[in-house]
Amino acid sequence: MQHGWTIVKLEDVWVHFDGVPVLEGVDLSINQQDFLGIIGPNGGGKTTLLKVILGLLKPSRGKVTVFGHPPEKGRKFVGYVPQYSLFDHEFPVSVWDVVLMGRLGHKKPFRDYSEADKKLAHDSLDTVEMLDFKDTQIGKLSGGQQQRVFIARALVAEPKLLLLDEPMASVDSPMQTELYELFEKLRERMAIVLVSHDISAVSIYVDKIACLNRRLFYHNTKEITVEDLEATYQCPVEIIAHGVPHRVLKEHK
Amino acid sequence: MIEILQYEFMRNALIAALLASIACGIIGVYVVVKRIVFISGGIAHAAFGGIGLGYFLGVNPVLGVIPFSIAAALIMGVISKRTKIPEDTAIGILWVMGMALGVIFVALSPGYAPELFGYLFGSILTVPTSDIILMLSLNAAIIAVVFSLHREFQAISFDEEYATTIGLPTERLYLLLLCLIALTVVLLIRVVGVILVIALLTIPAAMSRQFTHRLSSMMFLSVFLCAVFTICGLWLSYAFDLPSGATIVLVSGTAFILYIIPFSLVSLPSE
Repeated sequence: MQHGWTIVKLEDVWVHFDGVPVLEGVDLSINQQDFLGIIGPNGGGKTTLLKVILGLLKPSRGKVTVFGHPPEKGRKFVGYVPQYSLFDHEFPVSVWDVVLMGRLGHKKPFRDYSEADKKLAHDSLDTVEMLDFKDTQIGKLSGGQQQRVFIARALVAEPKLLLLDEPMASVDSPMQTELYELFEKLRERMAIVLVSHDISAVSIYVDKIACLNRRLFYHNTKEITVEDLEATYQCPVEIIAHGVPHRVLKEHK
Repeated sequence: MIEILQYEFMRNALIAALLASIACGIIGVYVVVKRIVFISGGIAHAAFGGIGLGYFLGVNPVLGVIPFSIAAALIMGVISKRTKIPEDTAIGILWVMGMALGVIFVALSPGYAPELFGYLFGSILTVPTSDIILMLSLNAAIIAVVFSLHREFQAISFDEEYATTIGLPTERLYLLLLCLIALTVVLLIRVVGVILVIALLTIPAAMSRQFTHRLSSMMFLSVFLCAVFTICGLWLSYAFDLPSGATIVLVSGTAFILYIIPFSLVSLPSE
């Protein structure tokens, strides 16, 4: 492959909303086996960054390559799990149909799903342990269960990269641990990028961390410096235990 | 009720009610679950411009409505997707411009336009057989498109942005859905008129969603409800000599209110 192990590459990417910069000169390389956590405050541009990789937003400057293609073409190798709150919980659709939606880009137009599509949907629901709920209406599930279904929907397209936007929001803690165990299992098959505003949740499981607040601080490792964190959160930061940052605290006088 | 079917106009009215119910039940489900009631209202009202155009050109006004309402649907869709004008503002502006154009066209047409009121508020008792044939073909087109693309329509209704990321041509699908709404408006004009169309596009679908979480079942149920409302309305308007379109709308609205009251009482916040 001409890009070696790099599957996604952003070079000097700028995004503006109504003239206000949301991303400033972001450089980022994602490699084939990365489990990358991107942390940063709300409004720091995390979702925007994911949307740039997915080709949903066009950067005002800079270059984005996804699996060697422009995002619109490369995104077929990318599975996306959007932020939890962004769907109509009353929508009349079963878990099974939600998961099959992930195959829509691969099935032929004007045809119904093939047996192979249905097999993939079955296996994906099995992977996230939600097969028993396949006939349930999506809104009737708990937050963690819904998150699993949306992960299954991303998995049916057999992605090489999984983008997770705040996957732990609205998920209670025992379920969070289970979700991280699921990601551990999935990372053998694909690269994972997990975006969160909660550092403590991310830090234990991921193997690389980047900080994002309009600008991206990333050294291709799990090490982040206090300076990076303070620049990201724009407040003094206290780091507790194991050399891994666990908590962002306001300075107490 | 059977004896009134000896009149041809009553038979045609009944057939028109049933045909309108089919399109209305199917497309109304998308209007409700995708929450595009306002844009559908905009298309319906702008369609009045097409009626005026029909008068002006001296053709069957319903034939003027087809291109006009499809154009209105496409313009509203493109403006809401591609420009920074807020969607509801754009819809509001096109809504009134369509109606104003209709008024101008009618004023410019020679002679008096006696049936105008019927196009605004429905005139199901005067449906000619030629309109029945038109309604049949529009229904066939709508059913064929929905049958072949229902998975795609479901995906863009559920989460349009996600549908884009998996490679669906979401904008074209959305515009196609708006065109289907435009065609449904054409079908409903004879039954309830452009002003009252939105009642039949929303009420049966909104009621049916309480009973099922499958879009296809919702469609069958709302076709059935729509047929019940139009036929009841038709019979009441015949029995009490009331305007048919308004009676159909009031029957639907009353059914909705009666049906929703128990739900509203249950969902009151309990301390």
